[in-house]
Amino acid sequence: MALQIQLQNFTGPLDLLLHLIKSHEMDICDIRIFEITEQYLTVIEQMKQLDLDIAGEFLMMAATLIHIKSRMLLPLPDDGTDEEEDDPRAELVRRLLEYQRYKEAGQLFDTLLRLDRDVFVPCLPVPVADGDETGQEAQITASLFQLAQAFYEIVRNQEKVEPFHEVVRESVSVADTMKRIRSQFVNAARLNFCDLVESGGRIRMVVSFLAILELIKMKILTVDQVAPFGDIWLKRLVTAEELTGLVLAGELGDYD
Amino acid sequence: MTELRALIEALLFVAESPLSIDKLCEVTEGSRSEVREVVDGLMEVYQRESRGVELVEVAGGYQFRTPAALAPWLRRLQRERPQRMSRAALETLAIIAYRQPITRAEVEYLRGVDSGGVMKTLLERNLLRLLGKKDVPGKPLLYGTSRYFLEFFGLRELSDLPTLKEFAALDPELAEALPRDPEENGS
Repeated sequence: MALQIQLQNFTGPLDLLLHLIKSHEMDICDIRIFEITEQYLTVIEQMKQLDLDIAGEFLMMAATLIHIKSRMLLPLPDDGTDEEEDDPRAELVRRLLEYQRYKEAGQLFDTLLRLDRDVFVPCLPVPVADGDETGQEAQITASLFQLAQAFYEIVRNQEKVEPFHEVVRESVSVADTMKRIRSQFVNAARLNFCDLVESGGRIRMVVSFLAILELIKMKILTVDQVAPFGDIWLKRLVTAEELTGLVLAGELGDYD
Repeated sequence: MTELRALIEALLFVAESPLSIDKLCEVTEGSRSEVREVVDGLMEVYQRESRGVELVEVAGGYQFRTPAALAPWLRRLQRERPQRMSRAALETLAIIAYRQPITRAEVEYLRGVDSGGVMKTLLERNLLRLLGKKDVPGKPLLYGTSRYFLEFFGLRELSDLPTLKEFAALDPELAEALPRDPEENGS
């Protein structure tokens, strides 16, 4: 029987295996491992002939199948243990069943009414944020991932221009940097994230990032992003007076 | 009541994401029962009159959305085609939705394939969020679905997802994997 399979359509080896099991009308719980291994290897061979880049995972599954097949050939140890646990196929069956469940769930997700495909909401122009002190402007709260990604961008841009030079170890403390950032926030309610991250070397940048995170953790600052992919703003949550009165050093012994 | 109704309708009209009853109470200074009554009334009016927009409960709030039946015409107005979701992306999203909080390695074990690229795309599309780190060697990141995920699929809350039991009642132990709400764990 010639196998005509759209190879690209498989999301992974489990997906391919499920397809083979279905097309050979097998019961997942009772796979005919010899037949399925042969079919699986045929598909892999076809992939090779078509010069497709075979992902390592597909080869790993081939190895697993061959391993199970070889264990099936060995006589079962007759020591009275549960027959099911001795079945070399058990682990694979469990994974297949579970994978099938999520595959079906994914298909179900595809039928849900999706925003911007099936249903639409008004898309309003995002208001431009201009140092509004009332804090009433529409805001999207940036997630930790977005903050980390923005930082990664800064580091990457920095690396491009960093001149070749001898490294001199300098000590920059988180506590000092927190004090610096605090002083910047005394006169401003919000500042751009990119401006706050200190330039001049990786250590300084990392330390100022840590200091910002620490200040967010202490609920002194909060992160906002007005538009997707827009600038990230840090906003002060306390009044200027409260900020100056804050004792940072006491809690920060560990950071020096 | 008429004034409150107009105000709530206006707020829902201009809001860029679903507004919760709490938020509506806060802005209108109305009582919960009043606000809820108005919202229910509005939902019913839009529903009954088969209007071009309907008031829908989604992601813990309320939002005006167009009925799905009008989608084919509305798509003509779109400048960009809606981003497609690959089978791999849907599959990965399903695993994370039902199994959160979950690490990338756990997702990869369940899918049997490298999932770093798919997960990064889902994070960038704001469908996933980081929930913290798992307390095991290596401290891997834990992933879960975002609030936008609910908006994206028009779900009121995570428990709106069908339980896995409903589409494959094969393994009783696994079928009990209900969608867990990460908020409950105080993330």
